[in-house]
Amino acid sequence: MAETAIEEGETNKEMEVAPALIAVHPLEKSVAVAAGAELRVFDLEGDSPVSLLDDSGGPLHADSIRAIRFGAKGRLFASAGDDKLVKIWTTDSWRCLHTVCSEKRVSAVAISNDGLFVCFADKFGVVWVVSLDGEEGNQPLVNKKAAPILAHYCSIITSLEFSPDGRFIISADRDFKIRVTIFPKKPFKGAHEIQSFCLGHTEFVSCLAFPCTPDYSQGFLLSGGGDSTVRLWDMTSGSLLHTCEVGVQAELVESNGDEVCHPAVTAICTFPVGSLIAVAIQSLHGVMLLNCDLSSRILSVAKVVSMGDIFIATSLGVSSAGRLWMITGASNILGPNFTSLARVKVLAGFQMSSNPESSENEPVMLEDTDIPGGEKVLEKLQGSLLSAKEEKALAAATEAVKMAMRNLLIKKQYSEDRRELRKKSRNDRKLKQ
Amino acid sequence: MSQNNRPDPKMNKSTHLPRKRFYRARAHSNPLSDSHFPVPITPSHVDYSLHYPHFFPSNDVISTHQATSSGVHSKKIQFADIGCGFGGLLVNLATLFPETLMIGMELRDKVTEYVRERILALRKANLGQYQNISVVRTNSMKYIPNFFEKGQLSKMFFLFPDPHFKEKNHRRRVISPHLLDEYAYTLEVGGIIYTITDVEELGEWMKACLEGHPLFEAITEEELKADPIVSLLISATEEGQKVARNGGQTFQAVYRRIAVSEEE
Ligand SMILES: C[S@@+](CC[C@H](N)C(=O)[O-])C[C@H]1O[C@@H](n2cnc3c(N)ncnc32)[C@H](O)[C@@H]1O
Repeated sequence: MAETAIEEGETNKEMEVAPALIAVHPLEKSVAVAAGAELRVFDLEGDSPVSLLDDSGGPLHADSIRAIRFGAKGRLFASAGDDKLVKIWTTDSWRCLHTVCSEKRVSAVAISNDGLFVCFADKFGVVWVVSLDGEEGNQPLVNKKAAPILAHYCSIITSLEFSPDGRFIISADRDFKIRVTIFPKKPFKGAHEIQSFCLGHTEFVSCLAFPCTPDYSQGFLLSGGGDSTVRLWDMTSGSLLHTCEVGVQAELVESNGDEVCHPAVTAICTFPVGSLIAVAIQSLHGVMLLNCDLSSRILSVAKVVSMGDIFIATSLGVSSAGRLWMITGASNILGPNFTSLARVKVLAGFQMSSNPESSENEPVMLEDTDIPGGEKVLEKLQGSLLSAKEEKALAAATEAVKMAMRNLLIKKQYSEDRRELRKKSRNDRKLKQ
Repeated sequence: MSQNNRPDPKMNKSTHLPRKRFYRARAHSNPLSDSHFPVPITPSHVDYSLHYPHFFPSNDVISTHQATSSGVHSKKIQFADIGCGFGGLLVNLATLFPETLMIGMELRDKVTEYVRERILALRKANLGQYQNISVVRTNSMKYIPNFFEKGQLSKMFFLFPDPHFKEKNHRRRVISPHLLDEYAYTLEVGGIIYTITDVEELGEWMKACLEGHPLFEAITEEELKADPIVSLLISATEEGQKVARNGGQTFQAVYRRIAVSEEE
């Protein structure tokens, strides 16, 4: 039926604007950026740009990459997106170990902490699992078979995470929902046991993160959403512990007429130690730092690090070296032929020891020449060093990302008339087929 | 009734119940389409005083559209009739379990409206009765966790659901392996899920889904015989009555929510 195409998330086939993404190796051995279909990696340890090796025969990625991440130990890396491919890489040689074909476009990916499983979510709300077990090393490339383990009925899954203790797989969706599911020992039989739903967001949920705790037994979870909030949860029970209205606090919530515009939280990053968390918000030129006090269970704004008027972060990455890597940018801004635009910046000096005495240092923005690896890192990750004109174009790029995200994730409120019209036009299309 | 009350054409004059023909709707709604109805943010936002005013007299009019001040309801909904249609099952169960709160969930707007009017009329005509049943317009396939907490329900009913024959549309079926995970979450251990259909293929599908799910086990024949609800599955609902009138066959699957086995 034609009508389902629109309603099931598989929207128009034209290339969509995709935000630039960044991921940092947990020990800062390398940094990866996705800009459109392009995956760029810089080896910080070896101080050289990486050429990716993929002898799977097919293209690397043929359409916008929507998710990249390192595994917990940094040995594995995964990339996935609109070309319906999930690629799993070894970070030793940056060779592609597996290419998994998904039936639908992929919106999120996660690697289990033991490195045995990769899970990915498609745009129809289904989460799939593939096993990496025993196929390390030089075995031939296998076309891995994915099995569905759970589903958010007909929703778009926006974020997928394993809990730090590995007990749960957590999936967030467009329908304001966060589902916490026990990750079974034999995931191929499905993940049937739902631990909790974390409900409270009043718009789509966009990102998930875990606050740093000495042991993760307390089960704290952080989430950000299209409602301009960051929320702290007890994921074991699903209870909402605290809500921080970051949009209001940063004075970004605008009301024009009777429509209130909430800029979405797009990324949350926590550091391996310390109580600071970094938050990226649409329309915020810079990054917001929150204090996450777990003993009193309160989130509060620590400060807003401002970055002029051209840097609205689209993605964040963090390493154990106490640096926050940020990227802004987009691909397909002016259609498929216009390549991407990306700008990387680094904020350094986050507390990296649990000794509270040493928490004096303030995060500082690094000059391009001072970031690890210097300007050649930027040349690789951004594609080039940007001209002043290109820097100016970044603002328009992030605006395009914002619109694309709104169009994809915010529920359209059609009036009765519009709805009737939509039904009619769908029927017209049906007749033509 | 006061004298200047003009008769409502949508109500039957002799029974004072709403007449179905004024609430007829499209045969099927698409459960995949975006919602145009309000959804409670969490189960504690379900307004019990609106659904069950007899059990939850609201003393504060302003707060009725928010969560009850405490956020917890002293008495909770325990039975849910999913895709309740015209509400026949609810009406029959209401007097059988007068102290149990029940809700019908229905996707079609007009049908929901009919059930609402039907319940209000029954309450009016039978003082003190039918206070424990209500209906809500929602897409149960998306929003069950917004209405019920973990383990809240003791019974869920899926009676004569839409068959969605085409293979491609099987994922629209209201019983599916993935949706059963949510129903298992919502049902208490020991809770019962009732399914019935007159479409053999769908009956087999629902049974296979339940049989294959680690958190459900089939209920024995003896237990089925002892359960007064089982006979209502056909006799109480509009769809069941239609099938019975035409002498059609029915296929039922009744399963119990069981605890997770340790070896899993
Ligand atoms: C064939 S009728 C059966 C009605 C009733 N159970 C009976 O036996 O008479 C199926 C009903 O399920 C409703 N329905 C279908 N999908 C639904 C959904 N996702 N959520 C709520 N109701 C749904 C339909 O609108 C329809 O009224």
